[in-house]
Amino acid sequence: MFGSKFSDRTTLTLFIIVVALVPLLAAPLGAGYPALMQFFAIFGIFAIGFNILFGLTGYLSFGHAAFLGMGSYSAVWMFKLLSMNVIPALILSVLIAGVFALVIGFISLRRSGIYFSILTLAFAQMSYKLAYSVLTPITNGETGLQLALDDPRILDGARESGQLPSPTLFGLDMNATNNITLFGLDVQLNVGYFFSAAFLVLAFWIAMRIFRSPFGLMLKAVKTNQNRLNYTGVNTRPYTLAAFVISGMYAGLAGGLLACMDPLAGAERMVWTASGEVVLMTILGGAGTLLGPVIGASVIKFAEAKLSKFNEVIVHGWFDFLPEGLANGLTWVVAKFVGDGWHLTLGLVFMLVVTFLPGGLVEGARRIGNFLGRRGQKDDLEQLGSNVQGGKTTAAE
Amino acid sequence: MGDIVLQILNGLDKGSAYALIALGLTLIFGTLGVVNFAHGALFMLGAFVTVTISKLLSFQSVTLSETETTAWGSPLEIREPVLQAWFGDFGLWMIDYTVLVSVIVAIPVMFIIGVVMERGLIKHFYSRPHAEQILVTFGLAIVLQEIVRTFYGANSISQSAPEALRGMMDFGVVLGFEPGMVPYPTWRFVYFFFSLAIIGGVFAFLQFTTFGMVVRAGMADRETVGLLGINIDKRFTFMFGLAATVAGLAGVMYTPILSPNYHLGMDFLVLSFIVVVVGGMGSLPGAVAAGFLLGILQSFASMNEVKEIIPGIDQIVIYLVAVIILLTRPRGLMGRAGVMED
Repeated sequence: MFGSKFSDRTTLTLFIIVVALVPLLAAPLGAGYPALMQFFAIFGIFAIGFNILFGLTGYLSFGHAAFLGMGSYSAVWMFKLLSMNVIPALILSVLIAGVFALVIGFISLRRSGIYFSILTLAFAQMSYKLAYSVLTPITNGETGLQLALDDPRILDGARESGQLPSPTLFGLDMNATNNITLFGLDVQLNVGYFFSAAFLVLAFWIAMRIFRSPFGLMLKAVKTNQNRLNYTGVNTRPYTLAAFVISGMYAGLAGGLLACMDPLAGAERMVWTASGEVVLMTILGGAGTLLGPVIGASVIKFAEAKLSKFNEVIVHGWFDFLPEGLANGLTWVVAKFVGDGWHLTLGLVFMLVVTFLPGGLVEGARRIGNFLGRRGQKDDLEQLGSNVQGGKTTAAE
Repeated sequence: MGDIVLQILNGLDKGSAYALIALGLTLIFGTLGVVNFAHGALFMLGAFVTVTISKLLSFQSVTLSETETTAWGSPLEIREPVLQAWFGDFGLWMIDYTVLVSVIVAIPVMFIIGVVMERGLIKHFYSRPHAEQILVTFGLAIVLQEIVRTFYGANSISQSAPEALRGMMDFGVVLGFEPGMVPYPTWRFVYFFFSLAIIGGVFAFLQFTTFGMVVRAGMADRETVGLLGINIDKRFTFMFGLAATVAGLAGVMYTPILSPNYHLGMDFLVLSFIVVVVGGMGSLPGAVAAGFLLGILQSFASMNEVKEIIPGIDQIVIYLVAVIILLTRPRGLMGRAGVMED
């Protein structure tokens, strides 16, 4: 149905294997360090959640970063007040984000189309502005919420050393990293990554169940033609609201995990361009597909980490074999697209994807696969047709 | 009483900017049916036209003085704007009135940018869903913003108003208050009247010219106008250019009030969209009215007396109003029926 040749079980198994092997696979690309791999997993969760709303129902929310931020704040508060154990922190993150999503979704979903986008945007901006101003006692304003030595942490014993504690899973430090050498590569096995990756797999599995369930079909029906559903006497609001709350809770989980990896939370996580980023991830990978959002999130985070590191000297190194003048010219042009300017690349790629490949990278891979693979066979041609249609429904709203 | 007048005045300049951007957004939406998330970027581009012009105009020539020397004994460098050398006092006047020169330059520049944008990109998105229009123009906004950043850097570049209009004026005297009660920067007045002139101009253009009449007919029923043998696409392209010009001019004139930086567009975009939605999607008077209304509301909310009652209200009042309006009057203040309701 989604163009995948594999059954769900195979997909899930493959997904787990790939996720488990990320430290090994990313190492040759220079992406095998913990912070980046954690981002892959966490933003993968965020994008999967966003996709449950946008990909299935077509409601384009521009305010999901607010839930991410709330999740981070809740987690840090749990670290400060209760315990450095990550489990209660994550539970609170998901719950708080879910409650806010329920309220905001209940109000925003009264409207659809662009009005819905504006409403979610308005709520997110309100959260952001309030976090900076009036709610400073809760959010610690511009500094961001951080751990302090004199936090109560009622469940944890008193610490003798003057160091700030780090989040743990029943004593297992999230920042602990094992360096091993495998196939001549330096592979870093980070507890935090595998912890997030476990949640990523769980999130992926839940999303898969939702996609295949009657509930998921109902959401797809909302996207395809909400009017028709209304005329047949179906009240769509509970379904869309449920999708909104689920995706809000995913965002809360992602925010909580961010705080678990690095226990601090700032309001800048909630600004509307941060919401735009998750939209970019989902669209780039392929909205409405299972794997797309994870791929999109990883690609964007990878590109961010890599492209923003290049500078003119490195770029000039690439063109050393060319004549001096040409090399300088090329360096001048290419340098605009890397380093600080990597957003420019992101914007351009995003425009190209929306214009020519509305189904995202997954759609692109499918097209290439269909083109290379089995042309000429009749049933495959039909499948090609249905895939193209699949792409179109992805594109519609 | 003086306070209230002052707050209204304070709201006017921000409101003028909102109104001008929202007017352009509504024009584009009403004619082409496109939701343009890159409109804030056009405002920002306008502001950077001023920055560019000001750099060009104040280009200095350096000559070494033959008589005077610096403390280190080397000849003193005399820096003189090239324009002064060429045109004398008129050159200095031009440097002083950089903003006005920029307005003249910005009109063709922004118009061309608008037309290129419409022909090059937006044209291909007429028949695609609104979500995709939002996404592609959002991408375009990022691209424009980053291009500006690579050339002008990430810091704000302050611009000054012409010398004669730089000070404060005592508006209270006009209304019969004590002198000194309602001080108000002169340039903001200029901005307000400038925006009124632009808004009036756009409305007059739509209302009293044949071209405007055709455009209005096209907004109401595009197909029929096409059937009458009128090339409506061409006129709509022109309207896109016009909308871009309006946004650009709003940006040019706003530079003395707020130093432009590369993310200026994104900051204004969100608010302008809210203005459009509050005013009613597709309604030009609605956009203008809502722009001024929200601008004034925002400045009232930032009064200390109000902030004491409801802390933090100044930060969120616009969004709050938008939420309330959208829930109670789904079409906004003056929205037409059937616009973007599906």
